[in-house]
Amino acid sequence: MTTSEPNTGGEGPVIEAVGLGRDFVLSEGPFLRRRRRTVSAVADVTFTVRPGEIVGYLGPNGAGKSSTMKMLTGILTPSAGYLRVNGLEPSRERTRLASRIGVVFGQRTTLWWDLPLKDSLELVRHMYRVPAADHARRLAELTELLELGPFLATPVRQLSLGQRMRGDLTAALLHGPGLLVLDEPTIGLDVVSKSTIREFLLRLNAEEGTTILLTTHDLGDVERLCRRVVVIDKGRLAYDGDLEGLRASVPTPRVLVVDLAAPAPPIEVEGGSCVRVDGPRQWLELSGNPAAVISRVAGRHEVVDLTLREPDIEGVVSALYRGAVAERG
Amino acid sequence: MADLLARTRESVLWPVRAYVLLAWTWCRALAQYPASLVMMTLSTALGAFAEMGAVFVVFGHAGEVSGFGMAEGLLIAGMATTAFACADMVMGMVEVLGRHIRTGSLDVMLVRPVPPLVQMATDRFAPRRLGRIVPGSAVTVVALAACDIDWSAGKVLMLPVLLVSATAIGCAVWIIGACLQFFVADAREAANSVTYGGQALTEYPMAIYPKNVVRAATFVLPLAFVTWQPALYLLDRPDPTGLPESLRFATPFVAVALCAVAGACWRFGLRHYRSTGS
Repeated sequence: MTTSEPNTGGEGPVIEAVGLGRDFVLSEGPFLRRRRRTVSAVADVTFTVRPGEIVGYLGPNGAGKSSTMKMLTGILTPSAGYLRVNGLEPSRERTRLASRIGVVFGQRTTLWWDLPLKDSLELVRHMYRVPAADHARRLAELTELLELGPFLATPVRQLSLGQRMRGDLTAALLHGPGLLVLDEPTIGLDVVSKSTIREFLLRLNAEEGTTILLTTHDLGDVERLCRRVVVIDKGRLAYDGDLEGLRASVPTPRVLVVDLAAPAPPIEVEGGSCVRVDGPRQWLELSGNPAAVISRVAGRHEVVDLTLREPDIEGVVSALYRGAVAERG
Repeated sequence: MADLLARTRESVLWPVRAYVLLAWTWCRALAQYPASLVMMTLSTALGAFAEMGAVFVVFGHAGEVSGFGMAEGLLIAGMATTAFACADMVMGMVEVLGRHIRTGSLDVMLVRPVPPLVQMATDRFAPRRLGRIVPGSAVTVVALAACDIDWSAGKVLMLPVLLVSATAIGCAVWIIGACLQFFVADAREAANSVTYGGQALTEYPMAIYPKNVVRAATFVLPLAFVTWQPALYLLDRPDPTGLPESLRFATPFVAVALCAVAGACWRFGLRHYRSTGS
């Protein structure tokens, strides 16, 4: 059976999705007059992930990211399309697939609240049938890289979010999976913890060739980690390519937030146009050099404070979707 | 042939091995708090004694209930406590399936290479449940000695078979009850009427119940095979409810059939699981 060969570093794609879709049937309305309505969480999504890639899977809330992740890991059965992960059909060969991939849910832990981290990892070792010697070696490596030492004996419920996330990553990697699926791995973490985790993932990818697919709302994650992004919105594929291409495809202007000494009529200067006024605070959409705009504004008004806002990935994505609708319509 | 062997090993032996490994890891983890463990076990044991004590009081006052004496009544109560305590130890944790669905921990179990039923059953595996098994089997053994039983080699050999069958029926009832929660989020209380209610039902000779209850407990949800039919077999008594006497030999087959039904329910529920949004 050639399909059972793990695809780590091989030629075949790690993830292959063609026309992937998932519908949910909702029942609504009062009893006896209840109506059934079909909603597509994911529709006609096609993408491929090759060994060794780090791919960001992006989209606003409710776009279908989690549904896709659940189909990739075999939790949900697709209602349409073709899906292979490591050559396996996730929903039918979920258990076999599980021993070859690592999964981390940022919103919930895969560890056991009442057990010390070390015991949780011991349970994970039994589940993945990792030989004791391999486990000890791998755990020592990960303990060093993720600095788990100080809290290995602490019950999981007493860990900070950052520590817990490092514990979760360890649990997902002890069996040496070729593919790591991360659902919002840095959600709620402080800057230092985020950076620890990003650097670790980059190292894992570089040294072991682990393929990584992650969903995130954090532009920092995307910029640091992902050479390629797949954007999904309202269940449909909106973009697949590199990050620069995404930015270029949707020119989202930066916004200058100006706090004036006193309320004033909307500022109109060359290179900036006012999009919102709230008392003394105004929002200017920039079309030119920010420094020039700032000096022009400061020349005409008394400015108390200034902030320059970069477009976030949410903005880029929603602009992208609006554009796609306009093209179609 | 080799493929079939390998697959059997994977689908039968591995879940059992995983069960033992995970349960053992939990026991070791909980043994780190010995005082709490001892107190929990003792309080569980007290509860079990109190339940069987109620049977003792009933028979003590009435002398005989539907033709069954004190020793026979205690035999039935002891067997019921033992069987349901064993089932509770093996499968009792599945009753919180609804919580696993709500919190999303079922999703976590689904991405691990161990059957989710095994993971759920061993979650927080609590040795304190031994606290019910020990008093239950003590009462059973004393009652077996006190009853007027015509012992034969067959009956001695049947004892472990009956225990395993009764435990299996109890486990199946737990699983079927839990499966309701795939479709109704808060079905746990409804399921408990069958799981805990079923245990209370089997603690007394079925002859005290109306005919329809006995029929339902024989042919719909076969709780009569946990204690009633095995007790009739051990005591060599005719069935006072008028059902065929050959039923008492059906206990192991009923256990196997009910486990098959429970397995089918579980797979059906899992296939229709939609996960929660997050």
